Amino acid sequence: MEIAFYVSALIAVLATIRVVTSFSPVHAVLYLIVSLLAVAMVFFALGAPFAGALEIIVYAGAIMVLFVFVIMMLQLGGEASAQERAWLQPRIWVGPALLAALLLLVLLSTILRGEAGEVISGELITATAVGGLLFGPWLMAVELAAFLLLAALVTASHVGRLERTPDEETGKGEPR
Amino acid sequence: MNGVPVEHGLILAALLFTLGLAGLMFRRNMLFVLMSLEVMLNAAALAFIVGATAWGQPEGQAMFLLVITLAAAEAVVGLALMIQLHHRFRRLDLDAASRMQG
Amino acid sequence: MMMDSFTTTLVILSFALPLAGTLILAFSGGALGERGSARVGVASVGLAALATAWLIAGFTGGDGTPRTVHLWTWIRVGDFQPAMSLVLDGLSLTMMAVITGVGFLIHLFAAWYMRGEEGITRFYAYMNLFVFSMLLLVMADNLLLLYLGWEGVGLCSYLLIGYYFQNAANGQAAFKAFLVTRIGDVFLALGLFLLFSELGTLNISEILARAPQTWETGSTTVNLAALLILGGALGKSAQLPLHTWLPDAMAGPTPVSALIHAATMVTAGVYLIARLHGIFTLAPDVLLLVGLIGAVSMLLAAFAALAQTDIKRVLAFSTMSQIGYMFLALGVGAFDVAVFHLVTHAFFKALLFLSAGAVIISCHHEQDIRRLGGLWRTLPVAWGGFLVGGAALVALPLVSAGYYSKDEILWEALAAGEPGLMLAGLLGAALTCLYTVRLILGIFHGPANSDNARHARSGTGLAHNLPLVVLAVLSTAIGAWLYPGLHGGVLPPNPGESVEGGHTMVAIIASATVIAGLALAGWLFHYQRTWLARQVERGMGARLWMLWHNAWGFDALFDRLFVRPWQALVRWLRNDLLDQTMSLSAVAARWLNVRLVRSQTGQLRHYAVIMVLGVTLILLFLALAPALGGGA
Repeated sequence: MEIAFYVSALIAVLATIRVVTSFSPVHAVLYLIVSLLAVAMVFFALGAPFAGALEIIVYAGAIMVLFVFVIMMLQLGGEASAQERAWLQPRIWVGPALLAALLLLVLLSTILRGEAGEVISGELITATAVGGLLFGPWLMAVELAAFLLLAALVTASHVGRLERTPDEETGKGEPR
Repeated sequence: MNGVPVEHGLILAALLFTLGLAGLMFRRNMLFVLMSLEVMLNAAALAFIVGATAWGQPEGQAMFLLVITLAAAEAVVGLALMIQLHHRFRRLDLDAASRMQG
Repeated sequence: MMMDSFTTTLVILSFALPLAGTLILAFSGGALGERGSARVGVASVGLAALATAWLIAGFTGGDGTPRTVHLWTWIRVGDFQPAMSLVLDGLSLTMMAVITGVGFLIHLFAAWYMRGEEGITRFYAYMNLFVFSMLLLVMADNLLLLYLGWEGVGLCSYLLIGYYFQNAANGQAAFKAFLVTRIGDVFLALGLFLLFSELGTLNISEILARAPQTWETGSTTVNLAALLILGGALGKSAQLPLHTWLPDAMAGPTPVSALIHAATMVTAGVYLIARLHGIFTLAPDVLLLVGLIGAVSMLLAAFAALAQTDIKRVLAFSTMSQIGYMFLALGVGAFDVAVFHLVTHAFFKALLFLSAGAVIISCHHEQDIRRLGGLWRTLPVAWGGFLVGGAALVALPLVSAGYYSKDEILWEALAAGEPGLMLAGLLGAALTCLYTVRLILGIFHGPANSDNARHARSGTGLAHNLPLVVLAVLSTAIGAWLYPGLHGGVLPPNPGESVEGGHTMVAIIASATVIAGLALAGWLFHYQRTWLARQVERGMGARLWMLWHNAWGFDALFDRLFVRPWQALVRWLRNDLLDQTMSLSAVAARWLNVRLVRSQTGQLRHYAVIMVLGVTLILLFLALAPALGGGA
């Protein structure tokens, strides 16, 4: 179990590094799926099979498919990669990377200085317990989540509607 | 079988989170920014699961569900915005959409 | 006493119908169209008039005791429990009859006058709201409810004066009317506070019952209370010195001038003093002051009316002058006679204003007397209206309604032992003859002085003719006979009732004055036109003309006395030390703004980096704080 945890954690970190550094959108999405699957493996290893299943179905399944669809729709291919290569010069990414590393250091020091001391032995938390919680005392949170999804649906269908842009009408013009 | 210390789970979450954050800061392509956001949300969800299993309480997993809902909503809206951006500027350069100076 | 439910229903209907009309019009959003809006507006007031007529029929058939309809308690704060209750007695019924009856005729006329104007829905919504507020004012059984109506009519007056708001001058006129009457309203509010703190009630009948027990005649408190109420009445009724708003209020549509600034709202001050007569009889000095103010206002306004060139301004000053007569009557304790003149004045002044409206529309919005003339052939209905209304205005003996009420006023003034006030009244009557004849001759006789006058087209149709004919009938002696005199028990007896003889003498003198005045006016304005025109061009005549044309220069005086010192004070206060200290923060904010605005690049990544930097610093601080702070 520990081995499973550490191996999938390593895979997740490596895959994520490739996600943020790769030049091709398609490669990045594939690496992201790998990363998510690895995190799902972590969940299984920790003893949260319900969460792991959801991670695979919703994250790696539904949301990533959405990304792939959009990439296909916008036909992001070879020239996009060249553009990315031009944008990802060292002088651009060094500063943010150092800042992120600093934050990581702070986080790590905080975590390690904490007195949690708990050890995860892999006891299962069943879906039944989660379900009982969600449809009992947390019912309001579920309702809120439903509202959120509805709002996202309405927003997406409104924002995603394509109108004719000014430069299509006049040939040239300020983008709105 | 000694199990995994809770700190290791949290460190993994912190690592993933900072990686996503770094990507968010230095990518100009909106698609990558969105993917970085997904990574960060996923890291937060991971922290919840670690906490839930460490203390043996289902609340963390319920929170994980809410985080996934949030991620789905965020991805949908973000992608819709991205399609609009592509439609208007013919590229996914976030810096192009700076006219409002906001 | 209890009332049967049918009467209660009628009472509620009479004031709820105009309110319903307002609401329907306000929420229709223009969907009713011009005809529909006019129908709703006219019908609601017409039905209210029917309900009032029914109420009066029932009231005169009964024993004539005042009745109260209690609807609900408005507020309940300790002893202070003003009720939503309406009182039905001779006085309030008379006022209701005037408001709904004359109001209905004016609404009907407005349907003709306002044809093709923009925003007719808005016009009728305001008019109905006005009728509702005015009814509330006269039906209220306590002073707080009365004050609600008082402010409501003030608001409607403001809204309707500024009806043609595209013209900035009209907005100014509305503003002026609102502000000047507001000065009076503040006095009235203070008066209400004083009455409540002294008597512990705002119910009118209780006030009138308790006042003689609490105060001695002529005590300081009762004088102060009467003065404060008088202040409110002066503002609303456009008497000296709060009269300057009325001539400017003519900026509104003519039916508005007829309804609000002639027939009903401006007489609210007279109604208020008559309603609170018990307080004024306890303060005889203030009552005399009422009479003096009335007499002075009447004379000054009459002189001012002589030198106006705008039809509506002549009528406005004449309204002020006639209200001066009413105040004169109040001042000698003849409250009943004041209300009598109020009623007849409502008839004939509404007639005059509507006829003026007919002339103005027929002559393509020409209001200048000097540019009219010779219209008696082309506009026979308006001419007839002016003749009958003018006869009533000058109190032509025996045949006109105005004669009966004005004769009563003069007689009561003499009977109350105030011959000076009676002489002022006679002088006023003579002046009234002068400006009335000048107005009628100027509009309808002589040569037509402009193309607008030559190409006048008479109005036609029921909405144009019916109100003029009905009001003309009411302005003759018939109107005076119709006046029921319902005030037995509500108002104290007139001083003239206890004096023997002399009434006939006064009547003869008054009639002689009027006839002499008419003759003089006819001679002056018909045969001596050119001589008059020469006189006003230079020397003394020109100076008098300017003085009267500017209504004795009150506007300029107030401008010097109040407006300019105030503006100077404001200018001085704008830059004092305190203010400069305050503006320091504004300067600092602007300085920071200029620098911070540069960080707004619109680049999302910059924002993200800055945010992360901030979060990292905060976390760093939190992580290090225990180490730095030690055990704390």
